[in-house]
Amino acid sequence: MLRGLWKLTWIELKIFLREPLGAIGTIVIPVLVFILVGRAIGPKLGPTANAANTFIGVGLPVLASILIAISAVLSLVTIISIYREGGILKRLRATPLRPHTILTAHVIVKLLLTAATLSLMVLAGKRYYPVGIHVRFVGFTIALLISTCSILSIGFLIASIVPTARFAQPIGAIIMYPMIAVSGLFAPIASLPPLLHAAAVIVPLTYAVSLLAGIWRGDPWSAHLGDVAALALVFFVCTALSAKVFRWE
Amino acid sequence: MHPVIQVSGVRKTYGSNVAVDEVSFEVNDGEIFGLIGPNGAGKTTTMECIEGLRTPDRGAISVLGLDPFRDVYKLQNRIGVQLQQAQLQKRIKVWEAIDLWALLYGKQATDGERLLEQLGLADKRNAWFMTLSGGQKQRLFIALALINDPEVVFLDELTTGLDPQARRAIWDLVRGIRERGKTVFLTTHLMEEAERLCDRVAIIEHGRIIDIDRPQSLVNRHCPDRSVVLASDDPHAAERFRAIPQAETVTCSGTQITIRGRGDDLVTEVIQCISENRIRVTDFRTILPNLEDVFLKLTGHSIRD
Ligand SMILES: Nc1ncnc2c1ncn2[C@@H]1O[C@H](COP(=O)(O)OP(=O)(O)OP(=O)(O)O)[C@@H](O)[C@H]1O
Ligand SMILES: [Mg+2]
Repeated sequence: MLRGLWKLTWIELKIFLREPLGAIGTIVIPVLVFILVGRAIGPKLGPTANAANTFIGVGLPVLASILIAISAVLSLVTIISIYREGGILKRLRATPLRPHTILTAHVIVKLLLTAATLSLMVLAGKRYYPVGIHVRFVGFTIALLISTCSILSIGFLIASIVPTARFAQPIGAIIMYPMIAVSGLFAPIASLPPLLHAAAVIVPLTYAVSLLAGIWRGDPWSAHLGDVAALALVFFVCTALSAKVFRWE
Repeated sequence: MHPVIQVSGVRKTYGSNVAVDEVSFEVNDGEIFGLIGPNGAGKTTTMECIEGLRTPDRGAISVLGLDPFRDVYKLQNRIGVQLQQAQLQKRIKVWEAIDLWALLYGKQATDGERLLEQLGLADKRNAWFMTLSGGQKQRLFIALALINDPEVVFLDELTTGLDPQARRAIWDLVRGIRERGKTVFLTTHLMEEAERLCDRVAIIEHGRIIDIDRPQSLVNRHCPDRSVVLASDDPHAAERFRAIPQAETVTCSGTQITIRGRGDDLVTEVIQCISENRIRVTDFRTILPNLEDVFLKLTGHSIRD
């Protein structure tokens, strides 16, 4: 069914790009925001600030990546619930297509868009970002793919459970965005009060942030095997759970 | 003729609502089999259990020798399905859907193009799904159900929302499927459709099958009444008609005479009576019961109520 997967992926990609604001909303706007925010607060930090340790040097690129990943997840959750509500999933199921082929096609579309956004961000960043971006592009892309897959699996779980398409986006947002707060992006996890600290340990985003920030900074992969393992665990648990509770109609 | 679909003792409940109960029937190879019944009777539930899209609580189903639950993918390859309620991606183009479906079943998309032609969708091949009219969507779904040249085709409310012309085109298409030796399982609200199209029909109400047979046999069995309405100014006509053994009642109003009776012979008898007695007749028509009347008789209400 590999041919079916490629065809479906290609069609879904075209369909997505046909949507009003489809490409602009997912690719252009995040990149613009990233550049503009960087330029707005970059100069205030002064030229002497050590780029590798500032928010502008590491935090903002990682935050932007995470936001891109989350918006991919929310969009996936919404699409799946719209497809379910409209009977599209059901119609696709009444073919030799396997269920996981349908879902995989959507994941690939999201990953492609995420990769496109990221490339654009790095390219534009090289030229317009206040702090020079000398990132290991391949390494960071892999780190982001791992993080996105893991976050997407949380999205699958949400998509499997949300009752209607109308609630999909808000419920997804309520679950995803607060994770950013405790993920260590804005305050070091060690400095959080005990309760939030505990939350940070549970929240998968923490590991994504740690991995992305590390790779962006130039850490070796061996320093982040724990993060990768945690993200993989999240991925397998969520995928298995959502396969159990997934509703087609 | 051996059965392609065998259903026995199927029951399906949604919570405390029993949608289908004790449903058993067989569909033979190469026939057009219709399931008719009012809204909520359990037609879609029955059909989707057979297609492997829903799991019955009880009972056994076999399609082409396969178990729709265990062998669902093998089965999907050999059947074609048109669902009563379905959508495609809003912005998928007609040809893209045809192309995708053709590829999924390992067929040539050119067959799809021919189907689009037959279904009057050729000029819509570049249109987005969301821009199609209701009837055009329906026709696209029928094309998708036929694209793999399936051995058994399932059509749930196949002509809902279609204009008479499109309806006829689809009837022809369905008859064409039968001519190629394939089997068709359909549901419909339209008694005319069932009567014209189906070799056999099952009448279902409140989740139970009331009767199964050829449409004409159902009519003969449940509604043997026939009426002949004629106009004649012969003053002795009514009297002569009363002498016919099959005539149960003969009523006159003005020059119009209505003869009611039972059995297929009534009409012949009336004609013979007219010719033997040289009765001058200025109008003559027969009123024969149809499936609609059978339905009314069996369920106590019309299918549209
Ligand atoms: N997914 C579902 N969840 C709960 N109840 C359902 C579901 N599908 C059908 N039902 C119920 O089962 C019964 C049979 O429904 P079904 O759709 O099989 O009827 P139908 O004969 O196809 O009707 P129609 O002519 O309106 O299409 C109805 O009472 C309906 O309310
Ligand atoms: Mg129905």
